[in-house]
Amino acid sequence: MKILLITEQREGKWNKVSFETLAAAQQIAQQAKGTVSGAVIGKGVAALADELAGYQLDEVLLVEHDLLEQYTPDGYSIALRAVIDSAKPDLVLLPHTYQVRDFAPKLAASLGKGSAGQAGRGMIGDCIAYRHEADKLIFVRQMFQGRTAADVVFTGEPPWVVSFQAGAFRADLAAKHAGGKAPVKAASVDLKSEQIRTKPLELFREAKQAVDLTQAPILVSVGRGIKAPENIPMAEKLAKLMGGEISASRPICDEGWLPMDRQIGSSGQTVVPKLYLALGISGAIQHVVGMKGSRTIAAINKDANAPIFEVADYGIVGDLFEIVPALIEELEKTKTS
Amino acid sequence: MKIGVCVKQVPAKDAPLAILDGGAWIREADIGFETNEPDGFALEEALRLKEKHGGEVVAISMGPERAKQTIKEALAKGADRGIHISDAEFFKLDPLASARSLAAAIQSENFDLILTGLQSDDQGFGQTGVLLAELLGRSHATIIMSIEVTGTRMKLKRELEAGWFQWVELPLPAVLTIQSGINKPRYATLKGIMAAKKKEIVTVERASLGVPDARTQQVERIYIPQKTKKTEFITGSPKEAAAKLLEKLRHEARVL
Repeated sequence: MKILLITEQREGKWNKVSFETLAAAQQIAQQAKGTVSGAVIGKGVAALADELAGYQLDEVLLVEHDLLEQYTPDGYSIALRAVIDSAKPDLVLLPHTYQVRDFAPKLAASLGKGSAGQAGRGMIGDCIAYRHEADKLIFVRQMFQGRTAADVVFTGEPPWVVSFQAGAFRADLAAKHAGGKAPVKAASVDLKSEQIRTKPLELFREAKQAVDLTQAPILVSVGRGIKAPENIPMAEKLAKLMGGEISASRPICDEGWLPMDRQIGSSGQTVVPKLYLALGISGAIQHVVGMKGSRTIAAINKDANAPIFEVADYGIVGDLFEIVPALIEELEKTKTS
Repeated sequence: MKIGVCVKQVPAKDAPLAILDGGAWIREADIGFETNEPDGFALEEALRLKEKHGGEVVAISMGPERAKQTIKEALAKGADRGIHISDAEFFKLDPLASARSLAAAIQSENFDLILTGLQSDDQGFGQTGVLLAELLGRSHATIIMSIEVTGTRMKLKRELEAGWFQWVELPLPAVLTIQSGINKPRYATLKGIMAAKKKEIVTVERASLGVPDARTQQVERIYIPQKTKKTEFITGSPKEAAAKLLEKLRHEARVL
């Protein structure tokens, strides 16, 4: 099995999920007796390619062009399609980032043009694991917002495109190269500016982050179960009594009940506090990826089947409007005594 | 501006999920369905663009007969007409076959703009919008937080990860996937619901579209995931549970 890993960088800085996917690629290659090539795409990214070559890979492909300096879905898809057409991998692995979501389905659908049979290859996105059973690769992804899992297999022609969710593999398990470095080869890229329809403009952060939730030792986090903005102060009071900060899942910030910089999850901050207390958070994937590394997770939810309990160390199935006041009362009692 | 908006019908958020024997799909018989929440934001954005620039909003939904309800709700909120791509076993399609079917059904509409939610709350493939753009030869952008249309170009705010955003410009015609929270979706008014009764929904049989049956992938089995952590459930009255939880956090986990 020939595996091609496509890494991600922006302005010369790695998206670190790339190394989780590298670890996945190495593990699959080991079990399926395969080879792994790693691609670095951009402009002026030779140093990153050199760094990647320090890992256990058969080769590193440097995909550089002036028109790849800033990400565009057209530029990336055209350049990577040429790389894939020439390298002919069986499996293309990518980290499931927002950028990959933006171009990888398009890239997969454009593969196989000019070959016998119909063009268009499949992508299994946002996988959390794989299994190698009887020479078959099975990819595991979540459905129904994490309430169910699904085993998915490719049935069409390779190359097969797979993206892995952040946190699905451990980057620190990515093996370094055993003997020196993997060879770095420049891939030829033919791109014309008229092929690129998107004009990327400036990158920016919205408002200055007023709080750095990544530094908070304790987070009390609220989700849809908090029901109304007037219930937020109750959770804030609990956070204060516990010596922590308040945070939230996306819908709460979308509603404007808490500012955007309080949001935990794929579109917000990723945190690893010593205690994460989830109040009325169902535990959709987009939220869980931002907090599952917390040392201790406690969850209060009325639904015993809520996916948040998949990652919780302690759970209370019940009404948070009864339990939170009881927690507050208990904490105030110990404070005064 | 002629805008198509893809709206999917998915199991209601609080619907209890039971899996069919064999794990092919969930048991649909006893549960309620609703419009996929992210698609509601796409519909609202389409309606606002129409209010600003004029034109037409067409609600498109693929699925079994019940999916028509999702189109009716879009019509009640202000969409002008609907296209229902009918397939009783829609859930069996892979992302590419879904997008090919949608593309075949709406190609002749020549929409200036097609909007979708960023992903569905059921299968969550998150590929439909991007694939639709590729198949229809349109430009695209995903996870959009703001749209400004000037003539034949758009200025868009794309959400990146970890609090970052980017402005991008894109020519029309295009496909955009809309991030949840971009707007506050409206409710249907009584007047809207009445008006919707007179609006047209065209049904197209998916099987008649000539989209090849070949699948790139197959869901072998859906199942309730195995727990990665053993959760200790704390029971008792709210007061007891609260006291026990604090006790555990202080003396067992030692995090308080």
